[in-house]
Order: sequence, then C-alpha cells, then structure tokens
Amino acid sequence: MARRRKEKILNIAVTLFLMTAAVMFLLPTVLTLANSFMTSSEISANYGTMIDNMTSDKKEFISEAVNLKFIPDKVTFAQFRSVLLKSPDYLLKFWNSVILTVPITVFQVLIALFASYGFARYPGKIKNIIFFAYIILMIMPYQVTLVPNFLVADKLGFLDETAANADLRQRLAVILPGIFSPFSVFLLTKVMRRIPISYVEAAKLDGANEFQIITRIYIPLCKGAIVSVTMLVFIDYWNMVEQPLVLMKNKDLHPLSVFLSQINTGDIGLAFAVGVIYMVPSILLFLYGEDYLIDGIVYSGGIKG
Amino acid sequence: MNKESIQDRPKRRKRKNQCGRLGERIFSSACIVPSLIGVLIFFLIPFGIVIYYSFIDNPFKANFVGLDNYTALLKNFSFKKAASNTAAFTLISVPMAVIFSLWLASLLERKIPGKSVIRTFLLSPLMVPTASVVLVWQVLFHNHGTLNSIIEAFGGQSIDWMKSSHGQIIIIAMFLWKNLGYNMILFMSALAAIPKDILEVAELEGAGKFYQFIHIKLRYLSPTILFVFILSLINSFKIFREVYLLTGDHPYSKMYMLQHFMNNTFENTDYQKLSAAAILFALVMIVVMAILMTADSKFGKDVE
Repeated sequence: MARRRKEKILNIAVTLFLMTAAVMFLLPTVLTLANSFMTSSEISANYGTMIDNMTSDKKEFISEAVNLKFIPDKVTFAQFRSVLLKSPDYLLKFWNSVILTVPITVFQVLIALFASYGFARYPGKIKNIIFFAYIILMIMPYQVTLVPNFLVADKLGFLDETAANADLRQRLAVILPGIFSPFSVFLLTKVMRRIPISYVEAAKLDGANEFQIITRIYIPLCKGAIVSVTMLVFIDYWNMVEQPLVLMKNKDLHPLSVFLSQINTGDIGLAFAVGVIYMVPSILLFLYGEDYLIDGIVYSGGIKG
Repeated sequence: MNKESIQDRPKRRKRKNQCGRLGERIFSSACIVPSLIGVLIFFLIPFGIVIYYSFIDNPFKANFVGLDNYTALLKNFSFKKAASNTAAFTLISVPMAVIFSLWLASLLERKIPGKSVIRTFLLSPLMVPTASVVLVWQVLFHNHGTLNSIIEAFGGQSIDWMKSSHGQIIIIAMFLWKNLGYNMILFMSALAAIPKDILEVAELEGAGKFYQFIHIKLRYLSPTILFVFILSLINSFKIFREVYLLTGDHPYSKMYMLQHFMNNTFENTDYQKLSAAAILFALVMIVVMAILMTADSKFGKDVE
C-alpha cells in the first residue's frame, strides 16, 4: 500500500507542476490584456526606463526597474480609445492583415479541398509523384520558397511600384503564393484517404455522380479537419512576417504583424491595446474551434484512432 | 477488385484498385488542376529558374559559372554567421521541443483534475499572435526587466539579454512557448494509441514505469517522434518572426539568422547570391529529411 501512497503524492506533485506550467504559459497573454487597461501614467511609471523618447518635464514617478503588473491600479479604456480615435494607423494595418489573411485562408482551403479529393480517389503513379513534390515543397522553409516567389512576382510585374494599381499588385504578390501552399492539401488528403470506399460505392449504387459524392460524403466527413486546417492556416498567415517584408515595398500595406515591431520604444500603452485588438480574431477562432483543432492536429500526425 | 458494375459497358478499362468509369477518373484528376497550376506557377517553375540563376553570374549575360556562386557564398561572412546562428538555434531548440513535449504529454497521462483546462492553457500560445505579446517578452528580458530584478533579488548579476550572446535564450524560450502545446497534443494522442495489453503484461512481470517507457512505449512512439521532430524543424525556421519582432532589421550578432541575410540581400537584388543560398538551404533540408527517414525505418519497424 505504500506504493499507492507514493503514487498519490506523485500525482499531486505532478498536478501542481502542470498547473504552474499552464499558468506560466498563459501569462504573456494575460499580461498583455491587463496592461492594455492601464492609464498612460501607470505605464510610464512602470516601463519608463524602456521608453526612449520620454518627455522629461513630466513630474512622474518612474521606477528604476521595469515592472510587470498584473492588475492595473485603475481600469481604463483610454488606450483603446486612443487606438480607435487618435491613431487610425493601427486600424489601417489591422485591415491590411485582414485583407491578406482572409483571402489566403478561404481560397487555400477551397482549392485544397478539391485537390485533396483528387489525390485521395483513384491514386495513380503520376498523382503520387505530384503528391510527393507537394510534400517536398511543404517542408521547405519560407527562406527557400520566398526566393522563387520573389522572382515570379518580379517577372509578372507584381512588384512594379510605378504601375497603375501597385497596391493591389503587391497584395496579390503575397496572397497568391499563400493560396497555393501545399500544407492544406497534404492534411486534407490524409484525412480523405481514410474514408472507406464502401461509402462511395454505396452512393454510386444509389446513382450519385462525382460532384454529389464530394459534397454529400467527403466534405461532411471531413468537417472537423476542415475547421482545423482553416485555423492552422489562419494563424500562420495572421502572423506572417517574412513575405510582407520582402514582397511589399510599400510600408503602408504592411500587416499588423510587421507593424507592431515598430512600436517598441514608442507609446507602449498603445502597443498593448493594439496587441489585444490584434489577438481578438485569433483567440475567438481558437475558442470556437479548439476541439476541432486538437482533432486536426491528431489527424495530421497520422495516428490511428 | 473486379466488380460487375450495375451498368454494363461494352468497353471497359482495366480496373486498378477502385472501379470507376473513365469520366470519373478524369474528373478526379481535374480536381487537382487548380491547385497544380498554382503550385507550378508560383513554386515549381520559379524553383527551376532559381536553380538556373544560381549557376550563372549575371541575369543579362547568362554565363555559366558552375559552382562559383556557391563558393562565394560559403566565404561570405554574413552568410556564415547567419547559417551558423540558424543551425545552432535549430540544433538546440528542436530536440528540446521534442523531449519536453513528450515529457509533458506523459505527465498528462495520469489522472489529473482539470486536464482539459491545462491542455487549453498550454495550447493557447499557438493561437496568440506573437506580435501581440512581444512587448511582454521584451519587458521580461529587458536590461532592467523582470527577470533581471529576480536575479538581482537573489544576489546575482543582471544580464543584458537582448544585446549579448544570451539573446539566444530568449528566442529559444519563445520558440518553446509557442510550440510545446502543439507537439504535446501529438504525443498525447500517440500515447493513447499504445495498446494497453502489452503494458499490463509488462507490469505483471514486474517491469517498472521507467523500463516500460524506454523499452515499450518508445517503440510505439517512434513514428510520432519523427513526425514531431520534422514539424519542430520546420517551425524552427519560422523563429525569424519572433526575432524580427523583438529586434528589428539588424539584431545583435547571435540572433542574426538566415532570413535576415536573405532579407538584406533582397535589397540589392543580387539574384545569384540569393538563389545559391536558397538552393543550398533546400539541399540541406532534403539531406536532413533523408537522414531522418532512414533512421526511422531502421528503428521504428515492426510495431504494428
């Protein structure tokens, strides 16, 4: 029975450890949230030493060390108000992020759905070779794929800054390669290949044509994976930094993911508020689809079960 | 499978592994076409052009110069620095990502209250955009920041994290923070898929938990370990995002990574250097993958 006791104590220790770890993982997010509600004097009191361009005529208390506070002394929406009303810059960049990420996500998943169906049904030698090329492409880091993307964009005139609709072109230079990234195809093909043929045969006996097979059988069965893929693609491109830096010379078009790096030493309180606004779509998506996400992660790992 | 289909057709094609009329097979191939066109235009064909560029000296004259571009690259100081930083980071952080997440997953196997809450918290960094929380990281590691305050409270000497070779520790921490949750989920499902009967037999025969882990569970886990390793490898190159958000275009020495080199080279449109670097990197990735695949096929067989 001593073993039982030891097990129990170990379990408690492990639980405590895991809870601490979980809280620590959540900390950066919570801190950003909490700090966004602080007034600017509290921010400068705490982070003063970090801010470069502090005006020295303010008689404010600046602590020597930079403190991370959890609970603001006074909860205020002032920062958010500044973001929305006084600095439309940030909202513009937010809109840039949306305009880049949403088309990429939507179209990538759509096109990938059809391509995965094609790969999953009637496998053949040529298809397998193509699929293999997709896999090789998928493991290449952005550092490798950016160079071809850049070259194509240049040749096709997307990078031309003097053209009539230069803005649109630069956006397309980022959006188009994103739409054709092979990741979604890979994941969805994996899922679709597991669907038993007997379903399809039964449907065919009932007289279904190919299109109906896709819409009535494959897509409903893959719903979880589709949600999961959408989430993973969204978060990858919502965060994207490499592509806009290289492909978009016009800084006004940069998404928030790039722009936020330039606020470091400026108005920190504002930065927190912008950070919060920026994470809202992501977190909403996460809360909605967490279970789907986990299922999708499991599928991508190819675990049986 | 030679099945008699309900509609008898005078001309039947040879059945492969799924019966289907020719029209249906063509349709399924047609489904791939949109994706394939895009991939060809934006990735595969340009990739060929990049390979071509890496072997010539000038986009206008197009003289074939063999491996000159590559040797010039390998002698380039910035490239060497970028490559060694990137390699060092990857070699340290990827194994850590695999081992720690496996450890966390096996901890979560026990009967613990609040398992799903813990799981959600650990997974949350994946969906929180780095740009949003980068300030917190900066504050933590600032010269007068939180971590240093704690160190000084214990009597140690504060370290200038961002501007020294300790900068690597920050980005390793950020990398682990973001990716442990994802890897852990993969391991959790893999652990759940291990057949229980073998473990029970081992337990009855007196095998301790540790022995069970090393000799039984690891075998079943090896395909997942490979997959998590590859995934973490791919993600480790995305660390550029965190570094850029933390330090901007020109970071301190140890944090200068391959993507920084590429970015700065894009500025002066030196296509040859760029192409050679990209191809070199691609080759390294392919070689690494080949090594990993052969390692897996040697260690992880017969676990069905």
